Amino acid sequence: MTPGRPPVLSVRGLSVRFLLPGGHRVAAVTDAHFDVAPGECLALIGESGCGKSVLASALLGLLPANAQTAGSALLGDLDLLTAGERTLARTVRGRRIGLIPQSPAAHLTPVRTIRSQTEEVVARLTGVRGRAALRAAAERAAERAGFPTDHLDRHPHELSGGLAQRAATALALIGDAPLLLADEPTTGLDRDLVDRTVDELRRHVDADRALLMITHDLAAAERVADRVAVMYAGRIVELSEADAFFGSPGPRHPYSRGLLEALPERSFLPIPGLPPELGSLPDGCAFAPRCAHATDICTTLPPLTGPVACHRPLPAPARTPEAIRA
Amino acid sequence: MLELRTVTAGYDRRTPVVRDATLTVTAGEAVGLLGPSGCGKSTLARVAALLHRPDAGEVVLDGIRVHHYRHRAPRDRRTAVGVVFQQPRLSADPRLRLTDLIAEPLRATGRRSSVPGRVAELAETVGLTPDLLTRRPHEVSDGQLQRACVARALVLRPRWLICDEMTAMLDASTTAALVRAVEDYRTDTGAGLLAVGHDRTLLNRWCDRTVHWDTVTAPAAKTLA
Ligand SMILES: Nc1ncnc2c1ncn2[C@@H]1O[C@H](COP(=O)(O)OP(=O)(O)OP(=O)(O)O)[C@@H](O)[C@H]1O
Ligand code: SF4
Ligand SMILES: [Mg+2]
Repeated sequence: MTPGRPPVLSVRGLSVRFLLPGGHRVAAVTDAHFDVAPGECLALIGESGCGKSVLASALLGLLPANAQTAGSALLGDLDLLTAGERTLARTVRGRRIGLIPQSPAAHLTPVRTIRSQTEEVVARLTGVRGRAALRAAAERAAERAGFPTDHLDRHPHELSGGLAQRAATALALIGDAPLLLADEPTTGLDRDLVDRTVDELRRHVDADRALLMITHDLAAAERVADRVAVMYAGRIVELSEADAFFGSPGPRHPYSRGLLEALPERSFLPIPGLPPELGSLPDGCAFAPRCAHATDICTTLPPLTGPVACHRPLPAPARTPEAIRA
Repeated sequence: MLELRTVTAGYDRRTPVVRDATLTVTAGEAVGLLGPSGCGKSTLARVAALLHRPDAGEVVLDGIRVHHYRHRAPRDRRTAVGVVFQQPRLSADPRLRLTDLIAEPLRATGRRSSVPGRVAELAETVGLTPDLLTRRPHEVSDGQLQRACVARALVLRPRWLICDEMTAMLDASTTAALVRAVEDYRTDTGAGLLAVGHDRTLLNRWCDRTVHWDTVTAPAAKTLA
């Protein structure tokens, strides 16, 4: 983070609750705190269903009607949690926050070609006018995201997963928003395309944009992120520098450690058990039933102190002579 | 055996996306098919799953040539193959609760009485908790929905499984858990597997052998970087 510059996005105590029929409450996000600065990428990682996408929807004002939020999420001086739909639709989405969605094929309009959707977004968000100019601008937008221009006349269902993702990326970059929010931007892409996509996103970060990237692709996160936030059962349980997280000393929260170890290039062992039901979270550490390090103290909630929310974080190994020299 | 013999397939006969693909999976074997994005892997996977009629070539399932695809395929052939796709949102009926999504193939084939037992058993296998089973697709995450899609693919005890990028949307732990669920099922039943994807590390770790798209298809096949 660049010291002295205000963050683009500042999230404080953000919580999201879903009210389900029968009075059930689902605690999808609880008490999230983080900043994203210009020129910085924060990767938000975690197990499926832990609340990552809900957090993104909250920032965009795209939560369903049965959701309740608390806390604040400041984009400049606008609180995204209390801004009205009109403000969000007219000045935020696409203009101040560029969204690269999960399930791109489902996000694109099925009945229209990629060209017509791209031209429409160009017309809506930029000053470009006139048929020929729009056509050219749409082609540039496609190229920028690595979408082959000879596929522009296709409909979303005629695209492979990888191409649909690049179409969605192209749309998100058109408005040149200061904050990019990418929800699983590399899903369905092969390794080369993952690298190209995240390198492209990194270029936007290096051009002083802020990027919040939600991903389950740990290799992509390692490639692009400056910092990593790990989410478990709706809470951020670890927030650390990417170098320390992926390299040495490695993750310090037992959950983050298990997630990294589950990779096929590591032990390929799933974390035992299941994530808790967000509708009935335990009072203490939500990871305790799956945690090999749990003791009695874990029945109380561990606060986020320093980089981890854990009563018994894994030790930061003593620095090796090589690490000190480096 | 599941045999794909010089299969040519696509969406326009003049420009097939799969050309002369030949691939055999023997009983109980797990084969990984590795290829870059957009190469046509998913199209070939749909042919193998009897969901897409090839323009040329043939599919031979357990020694019998396949003549009918999609809803025209006879029931015993359709139910011999279980399929899991990459994007659960596109393959799951949004109106069904997860429990009904999993049970639907049982109901469709007149096995209503086995629904409660089989759904509970599979929910356990794929790691779905009871509260999730009563929700509809828009009320669960992609990973949770994919767990349900895996359970659905296993519900009729298929002899063959086709997994097209099954874990592409999933985190590392869910990936490892679902691969284990599929492998436990295969250990119990001896089912064969064709796993399509582009993650070399994953397919090598998962499958008995991994073949590359270029060695399976004719070199003329259109690839798109
Ligand atoms: N219904 C369709 N109509 C026309 N073209 C299609 C259709 N479905 C797929 N294609 C095209 O066929 C080619 C191969 O698609 P396929 O989905 O099989 O690729 P893939 O290898 O699975 O890619 P990815 O890994 O990115 O998902 C792509 O060029 C795609 O655009
Ligand atoms: S607080 Fe206790 S149960 Fe939770 S992760 Fe730390 S050691 Fe494990
Ligand atoms: Mg595919």
